[in-house]
Amino acid sequence: MTGTDPGTAPRPEVSEAGRLDADALVDDPGTRIIVCCGAGGVGKTTTAAALGVRAAERGRRTVVITVDPARRLAQSMGLEELDNTPRPVPLSGANGAAGGSGGAGGSLHAMMLDMKRTFDEVVREHADPERARQILANPFYQTLSTSFSGTQEYMAMERLGQLRQSGEWDLIVVDTPPSRSALDFLDAPERLGRFLDGKLIRFLSAPASTGAFRLLGAGFNVVGSVVGRIVGTQFLNDLRAFVSAFDTVFGGFQERAERTYRLLQAPGTAFVVVAVPDTDSMREASYFVERLAKDSMPLAGLVINRTHPLPTGPGARLGAAEALAAADSLATGDHPLAGAALRLHAERVRVHEREAGLRARLLSAHRSLRVVEVAARPEDVHDLAGLRGIGSALAGEDASGDP
Amino acid sequence: MSDPERGPRDSGPEAAFAGARLHIVTGKGGTGKTTAAAALALSLASRGGRVLLVEVEGRQGVAALLGSAALPYEEREMLRAANGGSVHVLAADAEAALLEYLEMFYGIRRAGQALTRLGAVDFATTVAPGLRDVLLTGKATEAVRRRAGGRRHSSDGPGNAPFHYDSVVMDAPPTGRIGQFLNVNSEVAGLARVGPVRSHADRVMEVIRSERTRVHFVTLLEEMPAQETRDGINEISGLGLNLGAVLVNMVAPPLLGGADLAAAAAGELDTAELVRGLKAARLETASAEAPEALAADLAGQVRAHALRHLLQERVRGELEGLGPPLLELPLLEGGADRAALASLARRLSEQGVGR
Ligand SMILES: Nc1ncnc2c1ncn2[C@@H]1O[C@H](COP(=O)(O)OP(=O)(O)OP(=O)(O)O)[C@@H](O)[C@H]1O
Ligand SMILES: Nc1ncnc2c1ncn2[C@@H]1O[C@H](COP(=O)(O)OP(=O)(O)O)[C@@H](O)[C@H]1O
Ligand SMILES: [Mg+2]
Ligand SMILES: [Mg+2]
Repeated sequence: MTGTDPGTAPRPEVSEAGRLDADALVDDPGTRIIVCCGAGGVGKTTTAAALGVRAAERGRRTVVITVDPARRLAQSMGLEELDNTPRPVPLSGANGAAGGSGGAGGSLHAMMLDMKRTFDEVVREHADPERARQILANPFYQTLSTSFSGTQEYMAMERLGQLRQSGEWDLIVVDTPPSRSALDFLDAPERLGRFLDGKLIRFLSAPASTGAFRLLGAGFNVVGSVVGRIVGTQFLNDLRAFVSAFDTVFGGFQERAERTYRLLQAPGTAFVVVAVPDTDSMREASYFVERLAKDSMPLAGLVINRTHPLPTGPGARLGAAEALAAADSLATGDHPLAGAALRLHAERVRVHEREAGLRARLLSAHRSLRVVEVAARPEDVHDLAGLRGIGSALAGEDASGDP
Repeated sequence: MSDPERGPRDSGPEAAFAGARLHIVTGKGGTGKTTAAAALALSLASRGGRVLLVEVEGRQGVAALLGSAALPYEEREMLRAANGGSVHVLAADAEAALLEYLEMFYGIRRAGQALTRLGAVDFATTVAPGLRDVLLTGKATEAVRRRAGGRRHSSDGPGNAPFHYDSVVMDAPPTGRIGQFLNVNSEVAGLARVGPVRSHADRVMEVIRSERTRVHFVTLLEEMPAQETRDGINEISGLGLNLGAVLVNMVAPPLLGGADLAAAAAGELDTAELVRGLKAARLETASAEAPEALAADLAGQVRAHALRHLLQERVRGELEGLGPPLLELPLLEGGADRAALASLARRLSEQGVGR
């Protein structure tokens, strides 16, 4: 983590005009899909769930597709296991009645993506029963459907397309998989397509005497026999069987991926980029914002999650150096509580300044970016009350995060 | 091999490291795997030996940590420890490992290049991830077996020569993928039932299953990393692999005593005393004129601190019950960099690593 340049750190009020307004976003009947994206662990799942609760309680029929909710959060939403079917989330308590219903006709459903099952369903839909059986039993399909780095992204998009088509929902909020990089999410479906359609696959799966080998020339012939020697003929046979069976469903896959991609570019879609205020995450968010613009994907704004705002009273004007000096001015052993409180405050101010510097740097590169900050809660967010708290922070109602 | 008759291993840190030469460091993403793996390597090297730190995800995390330019696919001395010890770093990636493997066993660099052009690496890392993993774990286990004077790639060298590396530390994939990554044998079994890849996998697995290998988990005192640690430990012991330690990273001491913490968390902070303290402290700005209002601001922060600390203690209690010993690494202000590594390594040594 790098230090900040105090010269460039503005007071947070300066950029207030560009605030991301979550209520305006979820209230707009034109908003049909919200995609929460960002690097792993920044709070995408939490943000998606909080937006879902907020939207339902403000009257929209909402479904949230979560990918990897923390166990307690999943339980609190009634999601015990992977299941591709949206389940009603009882929104009893502070707002509205029980049984999946929110305020004024709104309701919340949630589901946890089962990528293997989604994949199986797509295969069954596109292949005749015999071929589908062959594909599902092939060892290459097994690895592809469970561990290809991109299957999860692809299947989340697939499920999104299906739910959108069903017409049952006013608003679909999508959580994205815990990718290494926020960009994986946009690239993965294409990568999967490119891979399945790739030269190597065709080459390896072609019988040695056919055109593919001859076209590729002698140098590649050596490769073919080497590959056979290394991995064994069984391997090549399984692969050939897989590719030829998969060929029939492949066109369907490409087409679906393209359709979903266009859906993401449509005006009813809003991307919400989530980041935490550290150098890596903010840099990643910046790339993502650029990438969305390049792909003409509609960006609603950026959530900076887990920030450390200053208190709202006179504490906002007490600087770090002064607080430390004041703590030091207390004789040892005297007033340990005040000493600790002042040291905590000094640390808080330093963290806040570093975060404000990161935010300012990002905004100087993306001047029209709308931003909202969500303060770090002292404890994890694992129930509806916690999600409502995050939701009101997203709507700009509560900035402190202190209990 | 694991012995079901054997009782639980003595769970002190010494036992978690005794006899180990291959240290696999995993954990939830972002918890500090790379940092902890480097600190562990440096701590092990401070006995005076030569240690290899292997990075396997092609992300140049070690280079970033050490503030150096991207590292090549080559074992390179990067850190010096006390007593003449040294840490060498290998930034392994699947593509380079695949080409090396082809050259080593088949002497075919040209064909290897053709494979690269064809997207063979895409292939190895996608539809046959077992292939990628066995190449990467193979690199680490080869370094574990390598003996002084032995040929670098193929043989284990003269059987009685000392080992080339005293220890090998791997900055491994995160908990979500670690079981699959280490269980190369069964991964490859589904794809290649016979042939050289298969026997390579068997050799790799022999090292990974042995007492020479330990799997360490890096965690924070937070719910999700701790949950992943618990799941990972179950998975690894279910596979019959040997657990090492749990490295609890970024531990920050509380600023308050136990009674104050409990009171603050319960919302019963002694604000009158806080106000008295603020009056006694020399405050200059306008805040000094309204110590009550300032106290209310500070009390909110104190309460958040106390709640966070109690949560951490709860998580620590859960981690303690898992079995492996806990080793702690302090939260360093300004993040971990090359200079900070020495102090993290020292902390590990003080807690029994390398003894
Ligand atoms: N003890 C520590 N004190 C302070 N900061 C730390 C500490 N350990 C790690 N960090 C910081 O935390 C961040 C993540 O650390 P690191 O890269 O080691 O994690 P990782 O688990 O390898 O991440 P990834 O999953 O992305 O590979 C880095 O910015 C690092 O400087
Ligand atoms: N503002 C916040 N304050 C405190 N904890 C948070 C906050 N946002 C997220 N968390 C916690 O951080 C962890 C990771 O969040 P999650 O939403 O699962 O991230 P992602 O989906 O991006 O991987 C969870 O334990 C969650 O409860
Ligand atoms: Mg998530
Ligand atoms: Mg790392």
